[in-house]
Amino acid sequence: MRPDTHDKGRLAVTVLVSVGRHPLTGRGRRADQDARGVELARALADAEVELLHAGRLDAGSEAALRGYLGMGFEALSLLEQPAGADVLPALAEALEAAGPQLVIAGEQAEQGEGSGLLPYLLAERLGWPLVSGLAAVEGVSQGVATLLQALPRGQRRRLKVRLPAIVTVDVAAPAPRQSAYGPARRGRLDVQAAPVVPDDDLARWQAQPARKRPKRLKIVKAASARDRFKAAAAKAEGGGGQVLTDITPEQGAEAIFKLLKEEGVLR
Amino acid sequence: MSDIRRRDPRKEWIARNRLHPRHLEVLAELGRSDGQGAASEWMGPHGLMRRNPHAVGFIGPNGVKRIDRSGVQQGQGSGGPQASTAASKPRVEIEAPAFLVAVVPDMAGGRLTGHDRDLLGLARRLADADPATPGAVLAVVFGEHKEDAFGEAGVDRLLHLAEPEVEGFAPEARLGALVAVEQAWTPRHWLLPDSKLGGADLGRRLAARLGERPATGVWQLEADAEAPSGWRCTARGAAGTLDFQRAMPRLILALAECAEPVSETHHAAQALALPEALPAQLARIEDLGQVAVDPAGVALSEAEFILSAGNGVRDWEGFHHAAEVLGATEGASRVAVDDGFMARHRQVGATGTWVTARVYVAVGISGAIQHLQGIQACDKVVAINMDPGCDMIKRADLAVIGDSTKVLEALVALVEQAREEKRNAA
Ligand SMILES: Cc1cc2nc3c(=O)[nH]c(=O)nc-3n(C[C@H](O)[C@H](O)[C@H](O)COP(=O)(O)OP(=O)(O)OC[C@H]3O[C@@H](n4cnc5c(N)ncnc54)[C@H](O)[C@@H]3O)c2cc1C
Repeated sequence: MRPDTHDKGRLAVTVLVSVGRHPLTGRGRRADQDARGVELARALADAEVELLHAGRLDAGSEAALRGYLGMGFEALSLLEQPAGADVLPALAEALEAAGPQLVIAGEQAEQGEGSGLLPYLLAERLGWPLVSGLAAVEGVSQGVATLLQALPRGQRRRLKVRLPAIVTVDVAAPAPRQSAYGPARRGRLDVQAAPVVPDDDLARWQAQPARKRPKRLKIVKAASARDRFKAAAAKAEGGGGQVLTDITPEQGAEAIFKLLKEEGVLR
Repeated sequence: MSDIRRRDPRKEWIARNRLHPRHLEVLAELGRSDGQGAASEWMGPHGLMRRNPHAVGFIGPNGVKRIDRSGVQQGQGSGGPQASTAASKPRVEIEAPAFLVAVVPDMAGGRLTGHDRDLLGLARRLADADPATPGAVLAVVFGEHKEDAFGEAGVDRLLHLAEPEVEGFAPEARLGALVAVEQAWTPRHWLLPDSKLGGADLGRRLAARLGERPATGVWQLEADAEAPSGWRCTARGAAGTLDFQRAMPRLILALAECAEPVSETHHAAQALALPEALPAQLARIEDLGQVAVDPAGVALSEAEFILSAGNGVRDWEGFHHAAEVLGATEGASRVAVDDGFMARHRQVGATGTWVTARVYVAVGISGAIQHLQGIQACDKVVAINMDPGCDMIKRADLAVIGDSTKVLEALVALVEQAREEKRNAA
């Protein structure tokens, strides 16, 4: 990576990309969250975006990595790492050397352990703040980025974070654009040597295709057969709810209003 | 009334003699002392229990006599044995725990989520594995909460941190607090929910800070004498396509349903406090608060707050207006959809969407089983209905009996008034 080529006024963004795995065919592809991260970076005004991957270069991964190039990039930096290596030191050194303002990563890899820990370890090592689960970057000005974080239930939260920072991308971020074949062919993969640290722990674990998780049984702890039967056949009943009869609509509305306030769903 | 039972041999004799003209009358009288319609059992003159089979049971809804042998009907009529089940659970106090198992629940909406309860169940398994050296489960709770059943969920020690720094979205301050817990008590295990509600994020931050390699996506735990910690876990990896079998590390991020929640014991949930105040930190992430999203754009299945319309809604304009003012996602019963008042994708229930709202307001919905199935996962149900006997009222946590149009109007007025006051105050 070439730190000195960073334009002064432009925002230096590095997107960490990985090789994904198609859930049905198992073939290599752009990892979904990483591709969304690239899309997010593309949408930033006045940004200089670099792609960074640490891993092996072989037939399967090359096709996947060229998929990212097809989103409109000339080059992708590839830190050469054998299978089963811990890519953290290599990535951390490369980022320290390049010094981007914003690093974008996916939340979890689609291959390997997929623990989603890498961005956190990078942030800890570089001493940068980290924000997880982004839906959008709303703007960057004067070293502070305004971000939109995706929360469960379709909610969003607005955050401000001081740069440099690491952010991870949620599936709520905009879908990635199609990868164009021509640019994907033409793009360069800049292979660079990097320190290799084997991941010993991972090698010790046994991996097997995910088993279907047992469905939780509804265990009914009842003393008699009748109670068990009733529990099995029961309708969902709250029981013991408060019933307000013979009241004016205003009083009723008051009670509902109080409950909604208590639950914090009114804004 | 005095508790001494006085026997009346004459009445007992009449009760045994079915041909006696006062037989039924006396039976009823004997029975009343038990708080039931008629006596089915009483002590005979020789100390034998006597039964009247004709007085057993009740008339079912179809006019057929039903006998209920579960013991609910007989002998249990009056309060005594039915005292609250919570109190009857054995109470467990762990005075001098050999170690601590720290759990950081999500506390979405200020209450323990199902996921949190599963995690506490897992923590109990770890703490109670060896009866000779019992551990204690420590729950670290941030911010205000509305939970009052920590003890039932299996918490022995409760650390409640309500400082303003850790309120809201403050991952760095919370991480600082967890590090303070680590320094103060050095728990043997750390358990966090691997959930989007915050546990996944906080757990990974903690792992990075403590330098522990955690197990993420854990869904199974087995005792294993060979592992250093004595446990082996199964964790999901590679986007849910692989299972990793590994020795259990100190820090675990577990999935929902990783263990059965605690149900049989009642724990102390004794309050703890950190020995020192939280360290002051420079917040590099600033929370600007939640953004108002268009509730109509939120998928029904994941909406948090649903206002649902049924056949009892007359004023549709008013209903849509109410949903807008309350900021609720709109739902509907099948009848409202079939009649063309609501779109098909708004239907809640067996043939519609299964919703997971935290608050579900059912306006003029009778609560047919097909509809109730769809709202099983809802936390709080509010019903507005004219009919106090309908099934929705039985399901509801709060039911208002009245005309839907009027109640909604009043509610809208109230909300608008509250907003106005807030604006004036600000
Ligand atoms: C195979 C099958 C699948 C089905 N699937 C679904 C499903 O997925 N979802 C679903 O919802 N239904 C489903 N149904 C239909 C379901 O059985 C009920 O018919 C339907 O839910 C009833 O809708 P409702 O409660 O709105 O109407 P009603 O049963 O007519 O209830 C209207 C309620 O409004 C009250 N009311 C009337 N006027 C007012 C007023 N002015 N103010 C306040 N309250 C008033 C009444 O007291 C009554 O309780 C299914 C049925 C079948 C056979």
